[in-house]
Amino acid sequence: MATTSIARPQAGVRPEGGGLLHRLFGRQPAGYLFLLPWLVGFLGLTLGPALASLYLSFTDYNLLESPNWVGAANYVRIATADPRFVAAMRVTLLYVVLSVPLKLVFALLVAMAFNRGLKGLPLYRAIFYLPSLLGSSVAIAVLWRQLFAGDGLVNMALWQLFGIEGPSWISNPRYSLYTLVILSVWQFGSPMIIFLAGLRQIPVDMYEAANLDGASKMRQFFKITLPLLTPVIFFNAVIQTIDAFKAFTPAFIISDGQGGPVNSTLFYTLYLYQEGFGFFRMGYASALAWILVVIIGAFTAFSFLSARYWVHYDE
Amino acid sequence: MATRIELRQIVKSYGTLQAIHGIDLTIEPGEFTVFVGPSGCGKSTLLRMIAGLEEISGGDLFIDADRMNGVPASKRGIAMVFQSYALYPHMSVYKNLAFGLETAGYKRAEIDQRVAQAADILQIQHLLQRRPKALSGGQRQRVAIGRAIVREPKIFLFDEPLSNLDAELRVQMRLEIAKLHQTLGNTMIYVTHDQVEAMTMADKIVVLRDGRVMQVGAPLDLYNRPANQFVAGFLGSPKMNFLPARLDSAASGGHTISVAGRTLDLGRRLAVTGPDEALMMGVRPEHVVLGENAGPASLGLARVQHVEQLGGETILHTALDQGDVLTVSSAGQLAIRPGSMVPLGLDPAFCHLFGADGRVL
Repeated sequence: MATTSIARPQAGVRPEGGGLLHRLFGRQPAGYLFLLPWLVGFLGLTLGPALASLYLSFTDYNLLESPNWVGAANYVRIATADPRFVAAMRVTLLYVVLSVPLKLVFALLVAMAFNRGLKGLPLYRAIFYLPSLLGSSVAIAVLWRQLFAGDGLVNMALWQLFGIEGPSWISNPRYSLYTLVILSVWQFGSPMIIFLAGLRQIPVDMYEAANLDGASKMRQFFKITLPLLTPVIFFNAVIQTIDAFKAFTPAFIISDGQGGPVNSTLFYTLYLYQEGFGFFRMGYASALAWILVVIIGAFTAFSFLSARYWVHYDE
Repeated sequence: MATRIELRQIVKSYGTLQAIHGIDLTIEPGEFTVFVGPSGCGKSTLLRMIAGLEEISGGDLFIDADRMNGVPASKRGIAMVFQSYALYPHMSVYKNLAFGLETAGYKRAEIDQRVAQAADILQIQHLLQRRPKALSGGQRQRVAIGRAIVREPKIFLFDEPLSNLDAELRVQMRLEIAKLHQTLGNTMIYVTHDQVEAMTMADKIVVLRDGRVMQVGAPLDLYNRPANQFVAGFLGSPKMNFLPARLDSAASGGHTISVAGRTLDLGRRLAVTGPDEALMMGVRPEHVVLGENAGPASLGLARVQHVEQLGGETILHTALDQGDVLTVSSAGQLAIRPGSMVPLGLDPAFCHLFGADGRVL
């Protein structure tokens, strides 16, 4: 009986005719060509500067002279002799802890209201999403300063409606951070849209089965909606927390770049900016940036590790 | 004790669209009733109205002697098995079964006992700690049924529960649901679009079309004595053959009709207005007989177009001289090839005559 054998290339033996292109990119050079625009951007604008900043974090560098290697001195100083680092960290953590849960709760409440089959939903959705597009802009930060200033709109309303003479919210260290928390919560549109998509994914049958079992709306929320929404809650929480750690513009505008009053709005990124572009201590600023990277990385890793205990993925 | 359900002039409207048109129906205690009909006929809507998941636009629903129109779903003593199973994916099988009992505030010992009992009936004891995603389709279906059983409801409702299962599993689950009905003895309503499920499981079949009841009765009553052409065509596989016919004359013994170019003496009188009335004659494939002297009335020779060998029976798709198509079902394995000519006949006693409005004559 005639048999047909198919020759297979031996392992480790390169087929004949491979040129330089082949040796560099294997059998799919066209694929790498399509990848090139992103690759150039990633290497030149992300990975390159990131590695450069890692090197600079071990130097004393003022932009004008060559970097001077100082070893771990910047990190040691941050850890042991920098009260402004402690202040910035405290303000940022407080901002994260307050703004992220508040924003997520508010976004979820609005999404649930929208999920009840509202008429004109696309219009409302667009209106409520708008602050997310504008919220982190300079214009909105300026508007916020006008709203919460001593003679701002909030105090005018308080006076007109209740006869209360409010303080200058942004000039008072007791309240200034909270105005920024409110600004952050106001930008709930993006997580709200994602929550709404998540709510739409929960099959109606499950609520109907719970209805037949006599489960109250509250029990349905805690036993069905919330557990089935945990993948979306997880996603929103991670993204919003990372965003909150990186918040910069509102504090910069409201405090004129100072982080005042009395360091009450000294966000970590603002302090980093001051060190780098105010005092031209680029090496020190780079060390601050890498500490933030480690903090965000640790938080994200912790989130993913904890997810297996509280995030319920279907199928 | 089993429960009686009564529907009086039940109506369902969505704005100006009326989906259910004044349905009257009584389901006796312990009866296994199947709502059957094509997609969009309103069978699921009717079931959901009984369950309390859909508002009743008009008419009255009684469960035993109590009017239930405004009563919440959870207070009707009903459990429902959904087509999608509606299992909670984040809960174990045990938690899924226990959910309704926990909601109702039962003590842990009672919950454990009821869950164990249901798991025993459905043979899912070994699955109790698993999540739904780790179960096969059939196992999920059992859990969904178990969730209904643990609540010990007065009435079980099934909304196309076998639609997502493969053919083999459907047959198996069909039997198990029928056994469950025998064991529990509860009133059960089962919705399906599959007439085989309806015929094999039901004590009573309700055939629906466009939100109206076409006929109610025992499976064989509907099969043997369909009230109209729709029911006649819907029940039975292969479907009933329909041939256009014309009323010829009325002799003393009964009417004769012209069908497929031949005259057929029915041997009975039809409730018709006069001669030349256009009719439709229906005959089931198993009532068309093969052979030279097959049956009292011959239909002549027919050309075999296609042959289906099912092992226990052979189904022939044939065409008569005039082009009328006739399906023939014959027991056993027949050695007939497509293209051959076969003589066909029938017994007028098994013929169904329908008027222009589709009603049986």
